Amino acid sequence: MASLAIETHNLTKSYGTTRALDGLSLRVETGQVAGFLGPNGAGKSTTIRILLGMLRADSGTARVLGLDPWSDAVAIHRRIAYVAGDTNLWPNLTGGEVIDLLIRTRGGEPRSRRRAELLERFELDPTKRVRTYSKGNRQKVALVAALAYDAELFLLDEPTSGLDPLMEAVFTEEVRALRQQGRTVLLSSHILAEVEKLCDTVTIIRAGKDVESGTLSQLRHLTRSTVTASLRNPAVVSSAPGVHDFTVENGHVRFDVDNAEIGSVLRLLTDAGVENLTVAPPSLEELFLRHYGDEVREEVTTR
Amino acid sequence: MTATTMARAERRAPSRPGSAEPWAGTLDLLRLYLRLDRIRILVWTVSIGLLVAGSVASMKQIYTTPESLQARAALMANPSAVMMTGPAFGLDNYTFGAMVANELSLYLLLATAIMSILLVVRHTRADEEAGRLEILRALPVGRFAPATAAALTVMLANLLVGAALALGLVGTEMETASSLAMGAGAAVTGLVFGAVAVVTAQLTEHSRAATGMALATLGAAFGVRAVGDVIDNQGSWLSWFSPLAWAQQTRLYVDLRWWPLALSLITVVVLLVVAVALSQRRDLGAGLRKGKPGPAEATGSLLSPAGLARRLLNGAFLGWMLGTFVLAVACGSMANSLEDAMMEIPTLGEWIAMDLDDLTSSFGASMLSFLAIAMVAFAVSAVLRLRTEEEAGRVEALLVTGSSRVGLLSGWLGCVALQTLVMAVVTGFGLGLGMWAATGDVVWVGRITASALAYLPATYFIAAVAVALYGLLPRWATVSWVLVIWVAFVLFLGTLLDLPSWAMDLSPMAHTPLVPSVDVEATPLLTMSGLAVLLGFVGFLTYRRRDIVPG
Repeated sequence: MASLAIETHNLTKSYGTTRALDGLSLRVETGQVAGFLGPNGAGKSTTIRILLGMLRADSGTARVLGLDPWSDAVAIHRRIAYVAGDTNLWPNLTGGEVIDLLIRTRGGEPRSRRRAELLERFELDPTKRVRTYSKGNRQKVALVAALAYDAELFLLDEPTSGLDPLMEAVFTEEVRALRQQGRTVLLSSHILAEVEKLCDTVTIIRAGKDVESGTLSQLRHLTRSTVTASLRNPAVVSSAPGVHDFTVENGHVRFDVDNAEIGSVLRLLTDAGVENLTVAPPSLEELFLRHYGDEVREEVTTR
Repeated sequence: MTATTMARAERRAPSRPGSAEPWAGTLDLLRLYLRLDRIRILVWTVSIGLLVAGSVASMKQIYTTPESLQARAALMANPSAVMMTGPAFGLDNYTFGAMVANELSLYLLLATAIMSILLVVRHTRADEEAGRLEILRALPVGRFAPATAAALTVMLANLLVGAALALGLVGTEMETASSLAMGAGAAVTGLVFGAVAVVTAQLTEHSRAATGMALATLGAAFGVRAVGDVIDNQGSWLSWFSPLAWAQQTRLYVDLRWWPLALSLITVVVLLVVAVALSQRRDLGAGLRKGKPGPAEATGSLLSPAGLARRLLNGAFLGWMLGTFVLAVACGSMANSLEDAMMEIPTLGEWIAMDLDDLTSSFGASMLSFLAIAMVAFAVSAVLRLRTEEEAGRVEALLVTGSSRVGLLSGWLGCVALQTLVMAVVTGFGLGLGMWAATGDVVWVGRITASALAYLPATYFIAAVAVALYGLLPRWATVSWVLVIWVAFVLFLGTLLDLPSWAMDLSPMAHTPLVPSVDVEATPLLTMSGLAVLLGFVGFLTYRRRDIVPG
């Protein structure tokens, strides 16, 4: 088994009476791009701050690159790069100065070809003062500084917030390049498409607890595909095990099917005289909504 | 080895697992902080150095004879003079040096204290609140490195200011040892209040509150030594509870002793230890005092520009009002020492030709003029808060909800005007209460409270300058503080430095009659009120036409 770049076990953390983390376990293998998915306030940033040694967990264990994030923070920080979701910088410095500051304090070489290349790719003007930057441009400063550093592990906390789609595409390419080079990336996000596009594994967090975790295909296996077809004899399928939300309209049927039952349902479809057929793989969004949909319903009923 | 090579060497050192390296990266951060502060520190250093050299040089021109010095010494018998300057040493044989030390040193101590508080909060709580500290801490930077680098920055700033101060004194041919002691005293007093700010930065989540608490501590230290020095004009037991007194107790140019400065250094160490202990008990970004959840819905009173202003300014307003009230009561309660002063120096009565009632009245008037500085400072800061709101982009958010610009500005300024009025009444009432307690004559309560209102036109005028600047040149609105500083400068040092009358007249406060010791003159008050309205009008007109500029 590959070594683990990040491993946490049953982390808890409370702020006063608010329980931010409630037994969070997270495993990221070295060389993987891991998605960390959850809505606002689920505890993603709290987890990352614990991994950075800025917060001390109330209980549970955490290891980053085999070290303890609290007592070996500095040693860990020499080997990682971090991008926060809401980057606030020194308004009087220029973007270029901040990038150099961040790279040099990490121990990297400020005037590298890589820095120039990234500035060009992200279309960032390094001579402007930070106070004149928009949110997206401040985010680019943090991204350039992080990506220009030769880190083993990248902790990216909603890194694309404020970026336009073109820049998001650049970011996607950069993360793919990192994976090719064997770097480890933890990408926290609430943008499902981004995670789906980039990540090898996904951990879904809800109310401070990991509720689902695995490779994308493993997770998809747990959920349903959407089938649309024209059938001569729809009734055969409607009551089959694993079929949900069955609707018929002018001989076109549409239903969801548990991925575990998809083989048997396909056989039934053949029997039912299928004329044309599409099977859409489940999106992460559906997976996500299934987990959070419960919460929405619970909230409604408790009111 | 230079700082750069040391930093490099430090980075190359292999990381040893298990060693927390709490100070790793301190030099890098120090370099960053100095880069960010180089102009600030330079301005403080140069202006304090020049101020001291200039003041001493001009005083040398004024006080040329022993008689003129002795006349100045006689003034120090007046409790209000002692209160606003400090302990008076060497009065019997008043030397030029003794006068400089007695009358100038307090303001230099206040200057370094304020500088240190602002610098410390800027690099501790303000960075933490804005999330910049998080970005730094994610670098290979030890847990204590940011705070240590901030402390080193403040130390360096105080060292430079102290050196400039000593240089200014030596350069004007003052005695070397005492000049060095005055520089050292200003520097260590700056450090004490810097350390106070390090502690307050641990207590609250907000940089504004951290600054406010540290400045309130400075105000308390001022009050304690003021009262303590009036009890005994060479410093009583009470004076010794104030860090400001320690540097003053070095008896500069009279009978120099260094050991009181040790108290300052010990206090710095104790405060830093407390701060480290406190910081261990909190999370990054959090304060020790946990923020409580607030109401989920806005009350009706919040939903207007004036209501919002009231809510946003309330904390500062209550702080300023309470602080000024306490200081006013303390100052007023010193009125009974006037009688002692009259007894002690029987010639005083002949010399200034006034009876005790006149003396008390003039005491009240001069106290009131000092306390009015607080009103001015509050009013200007409250007006300029609107600029902060604009910079943060929050004014935009209000304007797009349908508040008109005129509505927003008039609501805000109406609130500021009303709060300033309340502050004037409370200040006068507090001073009157103190004087009642001291003299047993209740008439002072009403008389002083009414007199305090005479300072409103000047205060509104100065606030209106800030309003006009805010409308005309929003990026330069903070320059209004220059006027506030000038007002204070004229009030505290104007007569000592024998400033030319045109320079004194630049201070709007100089046109306020010294009520209740002189009669009210309507003309200057009405003129200033008229000018305030005019400037306010300029502010409104320009604010309506200009761009809203965040950042």
